[in-house]
Amino acid sequence: MSASWRRVDAIVRKELRDYRRNRFVLGTMAAMPVLFITLPMIQLIAANATRNTAHLGLRIGLSLLYMLVIPVTMPSVLSAYSVVGEREQGTLEPVLTTPIRREEFLIAKALAAFVPTVVIAYAVFGVFLAAGALFAHPVIASAIYAGPHVLVQLLFTPLLAGWAIWVGIAVSTRSTDVRVAQQLSVLGSFPPLIIVALMSLNVIAESTALAIGLAATLLAFDLLGWRVVATMFDRERLVTGRGG
Amino acid sequence: MSPPPAAHTAGAAEPISATSTLAGSTCESAVVVEHLSKHFGDRVAYQDVSFEVGVGEVFGFLGPNGAGKTTTVRTLGTLITPSSGSATVAGIPLSPRNGPAIRSRISMMPESPGLYLRLTVLENLQCFAGLYTLDDVRRRIDRALGAVNLEDRAHDLCGSLSKGLRQRVALARALLNDPAVLFLDEPTSGLDPVATREVHELIASLRERGVTIFLTTHRLEEAERLCHRVAILNTTLRLIGRPDELREQLFRRSVEVRLRAPLSDPKSVLGALPEIEGWEPTPSGYTLTVTDPDLAAPALARALVGAGADILSIAESHHSLEDVYLELISEDVEAKSR
Ligand SMILES: Nc1ncnc2c1ncn2[C@@H]1O[C@H](COP(=O)(O)OP(=O)(O)O)[C@@H](O)[C@H]1O
Ligand SMILES: [Mg+2]
Repeated sequence: MSASWRRVDAIVRKELRDYRRNRFVLGTMAAMPVLFITLPMIQLIAANATRNTAHLGLRIGLSLLYMLVIPVTMPSVLSAYSVVGEREQGTLEPVLTTPIRREEFLIAKALAAFVPTVVIAYAVFGVFLAAGALFAHPVIASAIYAGPHVLVQLLFTPLLAGWAIWVGIAVSTRSTDVRVAQQLSVLGSFPPLIIVALMSLNVIAESTALAIGLAATLLAFDLLGWRVVATMFDRERLVTGRGG
Repeated sequence: MSPPPAAHTAGAAEPISATSTLAGSTCESAVVVEHLSKHFGDRVAYQDVSFEVGVGEVFGFLGPNGAGKTTTVRTLGTLITPSSGSATVAGIPLSPRNGPAIRSRISMMPESPGLYLRLTVLENLQCFAGLYTLDDVRRRIDRALGAVNLEDRAHDLCGSLSKGLRQRVALARALLNDPAVLFLDEPTSGLDPVATREVHELIASLRERGVTIFLTTHRLEEAERLCHRVAILNTTLRLIGRPDELREQLFRRSVEVRLRAPLSDPKSVLGALPEIEGWEPTPSGYTLTVTDPDLAAPALARALVGAGADILSIAESHHSLEDVYLELISEDVEAKSR
């Protein structure tokens, strides 16, 4: 059983084209980076002003955490839309009558939410790092690079996005209303971020080993999520839109 | 639970389907369905449905709303698993494992066109050409658009098209993979008369080209006009045959006689003729059930003249398929209300 990348590609292309012409999606994609670069910048400026070392770690942690909200909320909004939205438009049935396999469909839907999210989240982080290097006091700049901050950011951005995508798709295979699906999936996407928050805000002592351990756990959950979503994917239920 | 089929119509289904299936053509059948049923919980969508569709045939699936047409099409398109029974679609046995293989050889146009409205016509077709992993995409798209006369709309956004044009795009999409069986689920529902006629013309031209089509409709004239054979479904299959056969099967031929005055002893006149199976008085004469109007009419005329009756007219009465259909549907209503 080999996945056809052409079919995956066909869906991903279609999806990206659709995003570009969808005002709601474009709005979300534009507003989130703006919001979640502004909040960290405020922390950075505040840190620059006080240079109080006690609060410095907290402020940096908070800044980084803000940026991790992007990979949690954006893909859950996109992926929740991706199945329920298609059903509402009546486009799901024609797609499911093509030879596409459920794995191909799910991978395509996931990639279409994953790629833009990771690109935007990394770009925001890049802007933050650049701003820190260019405008912040050297003490702050070095605090950003202290400990596993950068590693956490790089590792958890895709892992949190992966989790949010499976939650979003899982919710939308069961839901019939786009709004409800989006709200539920944003809710369901937050729990792993709370663990990361406890670490970033130094409630549990932050260390490289802990970060890698948590990342591995989340990766395991992501893989499990994929299996669970694949078994939940039922053509009959999706097409008829009722419990089957 | 579904009502039991009325005895005479269920019995009638057999002889007709036997004669009108393409003779000895099991390997030539595009679709073979045997005792297929689908239940949603204890709700029956359709039950014990059996029929065959020949290659190159336009097969009509006619029935009122809720008859189970869409559910049948979705079952044959591997979107829904049947509760019992078996089927072969495009030569492949229906089973969950064969889903992708069957789906690559058929195509379906669902009740609503289901286009990506923010994409252009061309982009919609490109997406589906990818999903069918077709080669030679450009040429196939051009051909499909040509078949529905939409060459000049390739770059229009689907959201800007009228309902009728969207339906034609959906038809083009269904033609992309040169399907062995093309399923059309109520292709004209919700279209205005002009758009309906255009879709009818397109289907007629596909019929000319020998495309095998499975067409569901609740509109009788559509089935009668476009289909080689028609099956009437109302949860169970009621009748199946060519439109002209269906008419004959349900209504025995009859002859209307108008006389200046009623016969004094109709039994001795009408009852004596072997060609006449029964009669009923009408205000101006009689309606006679006959085996063959061409034999009955002359014999009847001689007998009536012999009995001294003044004949005003003798005429064969025609029933449209509409009568057949309404008769079947009303029977079901009676059966259900019991
Ligand atoms: N997913 C489902 N769950 C329960 N009942 C259903 C479902 N889909 C269809 N039905 C029922 O099955 C019957 C046949 O429906 P359908 O195939 O859509 O009829 P048609 O297309 O002929 O109008 C209807 O009574 C309908 O309510
Ligand atoms: Mg229907």
